[in-house]
Amino acid sequence: MRIRIRKGRVLDPQRSVDQIADVYIAEKKIVAVIPPDAPGPDGFKADREIDAAGCIVSPGLIDMHVHLREPGHEYKETIESGLRAAAAGGFTAVCCMPNTDPVNDNAQITRYIVERADSLKMTRVFPVGAISRGLEGKQMAEIGAMKQAGIRAVSDDGRPVADSLLMRRALEYAAGLEVPVISHCEDPHLSFGSMNEGPLSTRLGLAGIPNASESIMVMRDIALAALTGCPVHIAHVSTAESVAAIRTGRDRGVAVTAETAPHYFTLTEKAVAAYDTHAKMNPPLRSESDREAVRRAIADKTIGVIATDHAPHAPTDKDVEFENAANGIIGLETALPLALSLVEAGVIDIFRMIDAMAVEPGRIIGIPRSLDAGAPADITVIDPDAEYVYYAANGKSKSRNTPFDGWKMKGCAAWTLVDGKIVYDRLENV
Amino acid sequence: MTWTKKDLLDIDSLSRAEISLILDTAAGLKEISERPIKKVPTLKGKTIVLLFLEASTRTRVSFDIAAKRLSADSISISAASSSIIKGETLIDTAKNIEAMRPDMLVIRHSAAGSPHLLAGRLSCGVVNAGDGMHAHPTQALLDMMSVREVKKQIAGLNIAIIGDIAHSRVARSNITGFTRMGAHVRLAGPPTMIPAGIERMGASVAGTVDEAVEDADVIMMLRIQKERQKPFLMPSEREYAARYGLNSARLKRIRPDALILHPGPVNRGVEISPEAADGPQSIILDQVTNGVAIRMAVFYLLAGGVRHADSD
Repeated sequence: MRIRIRKGRVLDPQRSVDQIADVYIAEKKIVAVIPPDAPGPDGFKADREIDAAGCIVSPGLIDMHVHLREPGHEYKETIESGLRAAAAGGFTAVCCMPNTDPVNDNAQITRYIVERADSLKMTRVFPVGAISRGLEGKQMAEIGAMKQAGIRAVSDDGRPVADSLLMRRALEYAAGLEVPVISHCEDPHLSFGSMNEGPLSTRLGLAGIPNASESIMVMRDIALAALTGCPVHIAHVSTAESVAAIRTGRDRGVAVTAETAPHYFTLTEKAVAAYDTHAKMNPPLRSESDREAVRRAIADKTIGVIATDHAPHAPTDKDVEFENAANGIIGLETALPLALSLVEAGVIDIFRMIDAMAVEPGRIIGIPRSLDAGAPADITVIDPDAEYVYYAANGKSKSRNTPFDGWKMKGCAAWTLVDGKIVYDRLENV
Repeated sequence: MTWTKKDLLDIDSLSRAEISLILDTAAGLKEISERPIKKVPTLKGKTIVLLFLEASTRTRVSFDIAAKRLSADSISISAASSSIIKGETLIDTAKNIEAMRPDMLVIRHSAAGSPHLLAGRLSCGVVNAGDGMHAHPTQALLDMMSVREVKKQIAGLNIAIIGDIAHSRVARSNITGFTRMGAHVRLAGPPTMIPAGIERMGASVAGTVDEAVEDADVIMMLRIQKERQKPFLMPSEREYAARYGLNSARLKRIRPDALILHPGPVNRGVEISPEAADGPQSIILDQVTNGVAIRMAVFYLLAGGVRHADSD
């Protein structure tokens, strides 16, 4: 399939390119990026023309933190429904977390996920394997075997690695295999609550989760990264104290990277006020000053990555008492407009947004992202001006658990291309 | 004023005039319980379901008696006898009860916000009889009623609430209720039991128990809630009784006209000594008596009764 993406605004942070150009795609690769009126490559005849006038042509977005729920929790999401949601959200690749049932802590499960995803020929899947067997925090999982089967990182996401010695050994061992370690930072003894600790949790009578529950572990992991000289990636940063610790660590030369999710730079704990379980997540939505700190950290790249922590749950998990409700929200189909709102608000520029959603996550998991001739044709065409109301019921995800249902949004994916193939076309809604 | 709310979920959603209306209504209904025949036909033909999914004796009996004195048919369901233990969700249980057309559902539940969850989905009135650490509105109302009976008005009083504020729905509802009625609320207890940002609810936090109680008109001692506590909140009950309890030494230092309240059940010798609980300044049993009147008033108003509020 030969495709020409015409007259889009081609943005490539890697090469500081920002120009109106045509992108020529053939044999799964980008063959040329040239001015719109110039003659195309010799003999190129497009099977498909995409009119991208008014759109941004970006290196394919990567979401390095999603829960696809398969195997084991297919009533919440399947690899197929999750990838449909990813493509509709503009993502050309996702990293799926290992807290499935059974846990992705062995090569067989990794292979199952990889083969299932490959057979769908949609958004790419890079599985994340478990750090510890069964996510139990006791014994290291077979990271080498899982790497051979296709994992791109390890994490016990959903649970912290409470044992500091296990975390140290995991950092050392995984670094030897060049497998990034993603840390879910939470002190389990401090985090028995169900929302952010503060005046609001006190008023609502809900046990609180203090900021320190997260930042204590962020500081520990930075200390371990410094001790071992091995890199660590901090997942879903939610607090000002974590941001400060990461900034200090980075300035000292420690190999620490971090991500946050759109809900942490968009919402605060106020969203919980009517016991709305669609605002319940772990880490919890924090205070306004935390939200501000997270926004500033995205701007100065202390937090390099925006990832969704897409966590689908069925009504049976969410339509219950607040304290008993499952943590997490879906995010694949709302991340792009929410990130674009940061650009609109002047917090970051569009280069930084693409960096945070494509280039930087790609760098961490070892997937280069650029629009160079010769690069794989993984491309997201973004319509930054489309205005619409987001309804979860119209989404591709199997689940509807989101606090953004009914929000007015601006900006979305117009086309998503993976491996030179259109996996999402907004005009046709497929 | 006229009562317009479908539910009674917490004190925070009540205006000063609505609180006064409930207190005045209860004061008028209290006399029924002193008659030889303790029953009026006011709510004849109304059905009230008491869904108590957390242990309770006093509150459940109080609601039940209140319903019966107004001639409502009341049915009591406890956790052990409900389908919740068979795995039914709270919403399904409530929907099934609603399908039998009760007029009101009284719920006690260990999870904060459960009454709010049901109120939004049920057409019958929902009364919160205690939800986790969040709210216990009828308890705060009966406390205000008991204080007002003796002190004649609430505005301007100094109220001391002592003990485990963090785990207490009674404390939260009383802080909101008494401050809304114009009283000053001061809190004291071990720092481990004073929750983050409690001042934002309108109370001040005293450095010591003595400081909180010295010029208090009302001293409310809270129960140490063994069932809700996470570890490490206090070293021992002995140390708690000595430092934070209303013991005989402290009893000598409080104002002679100060009232002593306790929401019960009492841990005698821990947060309160027997001489304080049983002495002349204690109105602990009046609280229980007034609880019936308050719950009668709540049923009466939610069922559509109209009373005029006097200004407080």
